[in-house]
Amino acid sequence: MDFVALRVSLWLGAGTILILLPFGLWLGRLLALKQFRGKLFLEALLTVPLVLPPTALGFYLLVTFGARSPLGQAFQAVVGHSLPFSFQGLLVASAIANIPFVVQPIQRGFEAIPSDVRDAASCCGLTPWQRFTRIEVPLAWPSILTAAILTFAHTLGEFGVVLMVGGNLPGQTRTLSIAIYDRMQAFDDRSAGVMAATLLVLALATLMTTTALSRRVGVRRV
Amino acid sequence: MCGVSEPRLSVGLRQAGPIPLDVEFGCDAGQVLAIFGPSGSGKTTILRSIAGLYRPDHATVRSNGVAWTDTASGTFVPPHQRAVGFVFQEYALFPHLTAEGNVTAALGHLPHADRRSRADQLLRSVRLHEKANRRPQELSGGERQRVALARALAREPAVLLLDEPFAAVDRHVRRGLQDEVNALRRTLDLPMILVTHDFDDVVRLATHVLLLERGRAVACGPMTTLMSRPDLAWLREAVGLGAVFEATVRGSTNHGLMLLGFDAGTLLAADRRLPTGTTVRVRIPAREVILATHRPEGLSLHNVLVGRVSAVHRDPGIDPVIVQVEVGRLLLLAEVTQDAIDRLRLAPGTPVHALVKSVSIDVVTTDSGLGARDSVTTT
Repeated sequence: MDFVALRVSLWLGAGTILILLPFGLWLGRLLALKQFRGKLFLEALLTVPLVLPPTALGFYLLVTFGARSPLGQAFQAVVGHSLPFSFQGLLVASAIANIPFVVQPIQRGFEAIPSDVRDAASCCGLTPWQRFTRIEVPLAWPSILTAAILTFAHTLGEFGVVLMVGGNLPGQTRTLSIAIYDRMQAFDDRSAGVMAATLLVLALATLMTTTALSRRVGVRRV
Repeated sequence: MCGVSEPRLSVGLRQAGPIPLDVEFGCDAGQVLAIFGPSGSGKTTILRSIAGLYRPDHATVRSNGVAWTDTASGTFVPPHQRAVGFVFQEYALFPHLTAEGNVTAALGHLPHADRRSRADQLLRSVRLHEKANRRPQELSGGERQRVALARALAREPAVLLLDEPFAAVDRHVRRGLQDEVNALRRTLDLPMILVTHDFDDVVRLATHVLLLERGRAVACGPMTTLMSRPDLAWLREAVGLGAVFEATVRGSTNHGLMLLGFDAGTLLAADRRLPTGTTVRVRIPAREVILATHRPEGLSLHNVLVGRVSAVHRDPGIDPVIVQVEVGRLLLLAEVTQDAIDRLRLAPGTPVHALVKSVSIDVVTTDSGLGARDSVTTT
């Protein structure tokens, strides 16, 4: 069992949630409540990471954040080293790969709030911010939690993007899923088995939690 | 156009589409203006525009002399800064909060320490204090409605807006809620606007009526005046014409009838066992009134009112003619055939007797003892 890899995986999962959740709340709510030109295209674009092969996604990220690209140079200026083959780079890649897992559940959560309920909040004298924190977020809460859990689980399991962008540096970019592959290549079936079982348990726990939460959403709607 | 010169609330809305609007009206404290019209005529949009939830192309909304919306000068006060009590059609309660939480949400203007007791007081006024900890899904339709009412009043609104407030409850719950709203009208010093497509609500609650058709005000005015107009073809088609006026219960006869006193005399109606002195609203459908040029004798009916024809109105393509009869200060409407007009030579000024069966008189109680005990008071 590669505990360093487990730690990298957990940190990556937590970091991805931390980065994506505020963004997902903003964008998911926007998509749920506002009609604007190009909404369809934006929704499709946000879903791309879901259907694009992770290696293809990794390729584009490498091109976009490569040392010669403006974005890559900006990243280097801020962080101090280049994006590929670093934990920070992995975090950025993971955040982008997970956008659909965050935005879609949050969007559905906000869409489920009847517009009359939001209007009633305004007529009760709640400011837009109070309406958001006291009415909308509590009502969309199960969806928000689902988004966070799905992102976490998906990050743990991500393989292609990580391998393309991060490589296999112990303590930096070697996640649990990479470590399994690594161990199998070295004919260490036992270690690979333990780590695979760990991921399986985590995946099961995640899915059970999200299913339970989505049932609760159903009950709550009046 | 409608009502007083400097009303508490004045509204003017105009736009060509997507929802056409062309209305201008005022509503004063203590008045209930019913906006009556078919679904899709823009009733709810008018309420939403007053609350600032909808912004028509051209709009003025003034409350207590303060401009809430004025598209000409670019004034727009956002909804949460308008003192509006809004009861939504499906109540729109916050499903994750208890009845008390729903009411407290609208008490943001009070210091934290006072909110709880005020919420309790408001729930008590709608007789729901014992269910303060229930969530909306644990309450019946009528109870949800009362929470919605308490929440709308919590804000100490300058105007109360009711959007089809009885549409989602069954008949007997409806009566109780109508009484509740009637009690509010007497105790609250604020304009109330009631949107409805049910004429029963209008007869029971309204002091003023605005008839709306495709966003346009067909007619607007005090209830009694409006209901005495013979020329409202649209109203005639929708619910039938009929004069509405107030009367006082003078007592019961031994024969299952009660005596009602009004401006120009008395009427006998089916006994409703109401205490003497009760003020009731009376509606006499035009279709139920028979006209005679001489006092007829040997009749089974009691009510023969003496007056004179004040107007004769014909709607193109419809045979029955609407005759307006002046009985004292009261204007009755009668629906008679063109043949009868010709035979009796009815024309403005002709003296007539209006005959009404006692069972044809709709009696609506407007104060049913809910009064002081259950009324909501503002602090």
